[in-house]
Amino acid sequence: TVKDLPLPRFVVSKNEQESRHTALYSSDADNPASYSGVIPPPPPGRIQVKKGSVSHDAVQQRTSTDQQESTSPVVSPQQSPPTSPHTWRKHNRHPSGGNNERPLAGPGPFWAPFSEVQPGSSTSSDPIWSGHSPPPHQENWVSFADTPPTSALLAMHPASVQDQTTVRTVASATTANEIRRQSSSYDDPWKITDEQRQYYVNQFKTIQPDLNGFIPGSAAKEFFTKSKLPILELSHIWELSDFDKDGALTLDEFCAAFHLVVARKNGYDLPEKLPESLMPKLIDLEDSTEVGEQTGEVGYSGSPAEAPPSKSPSMPSLNQTWPELNQSSEQWETFSERSSSSQTLTQFDSNIAPADPDTAIVHPVPIRMTPSKIHMQEMELKRTGSDHANPTSPLLVKPSDLPEENKMSSSVKFTAGNTVTDGYSSSDSYTSDPEQIGNAVTRQRSHSGTSPDNTAPPPPPPRPHASHSRSSSLDMNRSFSVTPGQQQAGVVAYPPAVPPRPQPSQGTGPHVHRSVDADGLIAHTSTSPQQIPEQPNFADFSQFEAFAVSGVNKEEEDEIETHSEVLQVEKPSDSASSLRVAKADGRVEDKAPANVPSSAGKGTTPLAPPPKPIRRRLKSEDELRPEAEEHTQKTGVIAAVLASQPSIPRSVGKDKKAIQASIRRNKETNTVLARLNSELQQQLKDVLEERISLEVQLEQLRPFSHL
Amino acid sequence: CGLFCSQNYPLYIRSVPTENELKFHYTVHTSLDVVDEKISAMGKALVDQRELYLGLLYPTEDYKVYLCYVTNSKVKFVMVVDSSNTALRDNEIRSMFRKLHNSYTDIMCNPFYNPGDRIHSRAFDTMVNSMMMQVC
Repeated sequence: TVKDLPLPRFVVSKNEQESRHTALYSSDADNPASYSGVIPPPPPGRIQVKKGSVSHDAVQQRTSTDQQESTSPVVSPQQSPPTSPHTWRKHNRHPSGGNNERPLAGPGPFWAPFSEVQPGSSTSSDPIWSGHSPPPHQENWVSFADTPPTSALLAMHPASVQDQTTVRTVASATTANEIRRQSSSYDDPWKITDEQRQYYVNQFKTIQPDLNGFIPGSAAKEFFTKSKLPILELSHIWELSDFDKDGALTLDEFCAAFHLVVARKNGYDLPEKLPESLMPKLIDLEDSTEVGEQTGEVGYSGSPAEAPPSKSPSMPSLNQTWPELNQSSEQWETFSERSSSSQTLTQFDSNIAPADPDTAIVHPVPIRMTPSKIHMQEMELKRTGSDHANPTSPLLVKPSDLPEENKMSSSVKFTAGNTVTDGYSSSDSYTSDPEQIGNAVTRQRSHSGTSPDNTAPPPPPPRPHASHSRSSSLDMNRSFSVTPGQQQAGVVAYPPAVPPRPQPSQGTGPHVHRSVDADGLIAHTSTSPQQIPEQPNFADFSQFEAFAVSGVNKEEEDEIETHSEVLQVEKPSDSASSLRVAKADGRVEDKAPANVPSSAGKGTTPLAPPPKPIRRRLKSEDELRPEAEEHTQKTGVIAAVLASQPSIPRSVGKDKKAIQASIRRNKETNTVLARLNSELQQQLKDVLEERISLEVQLEQLRPFSHL
Repeated sequence: CGLFCSQNYPLYIRSVPTENELKFHYTVHTSLDVVDEKISAMGKALVDQRELYLGLLYPTEDYKVYLCYVTNSKVKFVMVVDSSNTALRDNEIRSMFRKLHNSYTDIMCNPFYNPGDRIHSRAFDTMVNSMMMQVC
């Protein structure tokens, strides 16, 4: 029979088919055994017996063809499938060589052979086998399949013929589709010959004109139901062929499914795993990797164990094919599913989507923001009208920072800071932060409004920014809020502290002050640290100024100086806090009450006047330009302090110390209040700047909208 | 030791050890319990898997039953493991349920599969078997 096989093979006759069948069977049996290595090269016959039981499968194994023949009574039918052999033969040209079994040239021939499908399938299996040929055992046949396919085919023919008959008998219903499917059976046991593939493609087109499209599950179901295969088997075929589990069949998947149906029709058992040759990627590799595909066939032989191995190798190839397929996303998902655990799969899938949109969205935002930011910064610059260099630097620096708002706020801060004394500016910037934040947020929102893409990204930036600024603003707020509370507490404490202050020495005064601060202003201190960095200058400045001012004054000034020095020496927090408190007091406009209580605690008269003038001073300063005002405030405060000082000397020397202490305290209060004022003014300025920037943004947006 | 029930009737049952009758009993009980749980959780909107740990069913045998709803009042994944298998951590259970869920969705993708049918998918069987081998 073996000898006979080669002959028929060439004839494209059923013999070929049969041979193919047998070859297929044998190859199937052999290949799985040889290829998979897992399956011991069971006697092809055995395998074929299995398949024979299935009907055709056994036939396909070339090696087992002989055995098949023995086992499978299919012989006569070989004659019947004339057409299929033709088609098969055409497939023979398949690289697998003589495995013309897969001549899938025309659907017609397949139809006819459908009944003979088995033979055809067997023939097709032959090609597949030929591809698989490497398997050593029955290598003769296998090798035949590989090298001298013809011979193998020939050898198979007899067996295949027999099998075909059986197959034919088995294959009852034969529809055009079925035949086609058969014809489209795989070249190597599972390989798809070109003819078959073409047939499948044509069939695919009938359902889905777009070759790159999908065939929905329902349509595929109808299509394959025509093959009259049991639903269970169809379900299994679907499971095998729908690689990406998307409920739809791509061209490759469809071809694989069709091929499986044909094979099944021909009596081949369905593999547990999708043969490599049928893997979507394999479609491209079919012709080239006949051998490799055989591993897939291994599963066919019914060794689930092999399935995993074949699957794993197919995975990489799948990867390759994925890009080829149009199911990029699906492939990704499915691939991840297969390759990774379900968890990773879900994560993976979920990651896919967000990544792109986020990245896509993120991009436009920053770009957009910068211009406005720059604009804002420019505006700020204009407003500040000073330290252009500084604003630019912050601008340069900031752009790298968070979204515009942050930049804006920071720039504003910087600008403000630059414009104003560092201390004040810093504090002011902080105070202005909330405003800036709001503005920035609004700006961002406006931006987002302008750019839909930015909608997504903008929100996040504002948040961090807001939080960022908020943090700072919060700090400020906290400080300020605290200060008010603390003011009251501090005020409360202050007054008490004040009285003791004058009495105790400066050290004690500060101590008291400190304690007062500490007590009532614990939170304050908490905030103070934050503010400290912001307002160290404040303290320093105030201290300095006070110091300087005091220095200008007389001995009391000296004392004051010392006091201020002490103050300076004191924790900046204290001074700052005290100042803040004072400032807060001023802010709360409780200056009077604060000062009053403080003064009341000490010596109303001495204190009152100083605060009042200071207050007045501050108020006047407020009217002035914030920055200048701040400065002037400071000076004014200092002046007020100084003014208060002059009053001191009037007092009796005895009271001098007390007065001086009170003066000092007042000065501190004044400085604090002055700072507060400056901060408030800075805030005002910032708010104004923000407003301007917003207006500018509006204007910018308007033209955009017009555009 | 695994169960796969849909609306209180099993779509798929695979158990490694012991007999299936007990599993069936468990299924019924767990289903009932699940129903009870569902009733208790009616307020919430269960979208994702719902993992229900029923704890000991039989003090003697000390089974741990985990439930995972696929769809509300639809498919329930029930996993019964021996308490002796305490090595199983919750994460593992969850991962197993996730795998089950994924496999089930894969099955559902098959147009030839009608919801409510017994599950004959070989791939599913393989997966479940492998999973159970790990556990049991």
